[in-house]
Amino acid sequence: MKLQGKSGPRPRSRTAAWWTAGVAAVALVIAGCSSSGSSSGSGSSTQPITVGISVSLSGDFSGDGLATKQGYETWAAYQNAHGGILGRQIKLSFLSDGSSPTQVITNYQKLITLNHVNFVMGPYSTLLTKPASAIANRYGYVMIEGIGGGPSVFSQGLHNVFDVSASAAFQLITFAKWLVATQKPEAIAYASMTDPFLQPMLDGARSYLTAHGFTSTVYKLYPLETTDFTPIASAIAASKAPVVVLGTMPPDGYAFVQDLIQDKFSPQVLIEASGPDQGSAFIKAVGAKNTGGIMVPNTWYPGSTYYQNTAMVQLYLKMFGGTANNISADVAEAFSSGQVLAQAIDHIKSTSNSALESYLHSGVTFQSVQGPVKFLADGENGAATPFVFQWQKGTLQDVLPTGIGTTKPVMAVKPAWGANG
Amino acid sequence: MLVLQAIIDGVLVGGFYALMAAGLTLVFGVMEIVNFAQGILVVLGAYLSYALYAHLNIDPFLGLLITIPVMFGIGIAVYWTMIKPIKRDRVIMSLLTMFAVGTVAEGILDYIFTSNLVAIHTSYVNSSIRLGSLIFPSIYLYAFAMSVLLLGGVYYLLYRTRFGRSLRASMQNPTAARLVGINTDWVSAFTLGIGVGLAAAGGMVFGLTNSFDAASSYDLISRLLAIVIFGGFGSLSGALIASIVMLVIQDVVAVTWSPTWGQTTFYLVLVLVLLLRPQGLLGRKAVRAQ
Repeated sequence: MKLQGKSGPRPRSRTAAWWTAGVAAVALVIAGCSSSGSSSGSGSSTQPITVGISVSLSGDFSGDGLATKQGYETWAAYQNAHGGILGRQIKLSFLSDGSSPTQVITNYQKLITLNHVNFVMGPYSTLLTKPASAIANRYGYVMIEGIGGGPSVFSQGLHNVFDVSASAAFQLITFAKWLVATQKPEAIAYASMTDPFLQPMLDGARSYLTAHGFTSTVYKLYPLETTDFTPIASAIAASKAPVVVLGTMPPDGYAFVQDLIQDKFSPQVLIEASGPDQGSAFIKAVGAKNTGGIMVPNTWYPGSTYYQNTAMVQLYLKMFGGTANNISADVAEAFSSGQVLAQAIDHIKSTSNSALESYLHSGVTFQSVQGPVKFLADGENGAATPFVFQWQKGTLQDVLPTGIGTTKPVMAVKPAWGANG
Repeated sequence: MLVLQAIIDGVLVGGFYALMAAGLTLVFGVMEIVNFAQGILVVLGAYLSYALYAHLNIDPFLGLLITIPVMFGIGIAVYWTMIKPIKRDRVIMSLLTMFAVGTVAEGILDYIFTSNLVAIHTSYVNSSIRLGSLIFPSIYLYAFAMSVLLLGGVYYLLYRTRFGRSLRASMQNPTAARLVGINTDWVSAFTLGIGVGLAAAGGMVFGLTNSFDAASSYDLISRLLAIVIFGGFGSLSGALIASIVMLVIQDVVAVTWSPTWGQTTFYLVLVLVLLLRPQGLLGRKAVRAQ
């Protein structure tokens, strides 16, 4: 029985022609992808160098997403005012991802395959950086980023992702070391959002502190969509733990302070992963008199004397207004990504992503507004020195590590709520 | 004692969730519309209270005298301009319309207020009353009292007034209601107005207890829908009971086990209840029997 309606196979020469055409088409597609990823050689063009970035302008990360975008814009403006890269101006291409890991994939595919940008840089958060870096890798693009340092980003086995900031597990290490050095082992209450950056951050500190004799009296993880923090705050208050370590985003960071005040519980030491670093927004949310003594880790601060920091702060204020103390660290993290990209391209004198990747892996040290950057094999910044900041008399002060920049002494015991401090 | 505290927290917080969910269930009961815009309308209420407090220094509770009528008017306007003109596939089309209203509202709020988080920080948001080792946050006490007052008012309107009879008649049989001379269009418009007005009150409390931006509506709408399904679509008392049950379950599980499992446990209970009573705790059949 014949399966085909017409008798016999097609002529051999015609089949071969189809195969040839198919192979050619595939080759063209591959060539297209390849050229977009490792393109464009010498940099002798006068066309702008295009950099594509997905930013979260709506959704859960919208506040940080906007700050991230402003950081990239500040870097591009600064770099363009100083001759661009390889004598070419920088043109940023932004797409909004709505804080969605699905949309971020679509965005980077569009930036690479439709917009044909020369380079891509990272979005906000580990949650988005992980899928974004995988897409960049698929198309042969390097992804330099400063706000996606969760372990899941580096455990993908990718060689194209480079984080210019301190990775998650070490974000609180400076704080943990200070606690071990200055306090007797005591009970600690931990709570964190189940976020791929925040939870490893908390667990990194917990692991170090547990190894040094500190106990965990409360350890609570809560999902992203939580809006009622009263039961967690109640559990922390009931534990009477003198030290409270919270892996928060800004909304829950604010809510925890409010709930702990309502519970009339003031721990001696309170550190939040995010929230207290939001400047005036934090003050408005919790009240100026309640900020005293609250700590927050960060990779940057406005008064830092690191590479180009003063210029960045001045330019940011000129472009977006406000005060230096209200500049989010996201701005510096995005700016640092751009700085490393610019230094690397200036050195390799090419816009080839493959050459860029090789150079970034070569062990060279770059300079950034967050301090030195030297990439480990998995893309983490092995030279990062996370800072700890503390609210003192209405100002967020750099307190740790001592000896770098203009640190103030740590307020070892947080003043009672309402005492300003 | 921690469990007792969690129960108290759950009841108090559940009270204001009921306020936010009441509008949703009321609108479904009369118009058979799942108001997907309820989450963003709550956030709009929060922003209105924030604007009055930040720019005119009007206390958020006092500001309800302005925000509730404004939101009521918005509800009426949405009905006459967007819901009433729909002639075919009314249920599906109105659902899509409300989704569109929510999306547009989110865009406008994002444009006006930017994506920076804001919070309404009055003098009493941090205060609380201590009874022994139990804590009663003042804001939740005020919010609970306001919820009881407003929901009681709506209950009175539904069951003790001529308008309430018209509304319930429209819920039970719109065609028959029209035949006996009830203007079901105005009943629907007023119902949407009341639902949106309640969102103003719920939003005010939400703004006092959470920092928020326009995107906060997504977390809200999923919870509000779960409450309304649990309580039974169209049932005001069902929404109140479901809110309190949901928050108590979540809070007790959060303190005794893990917050991550708090919501999961509630949804498990929800599934079990729906298996036994598909119409929810006090769904439409129960409403008709009242």
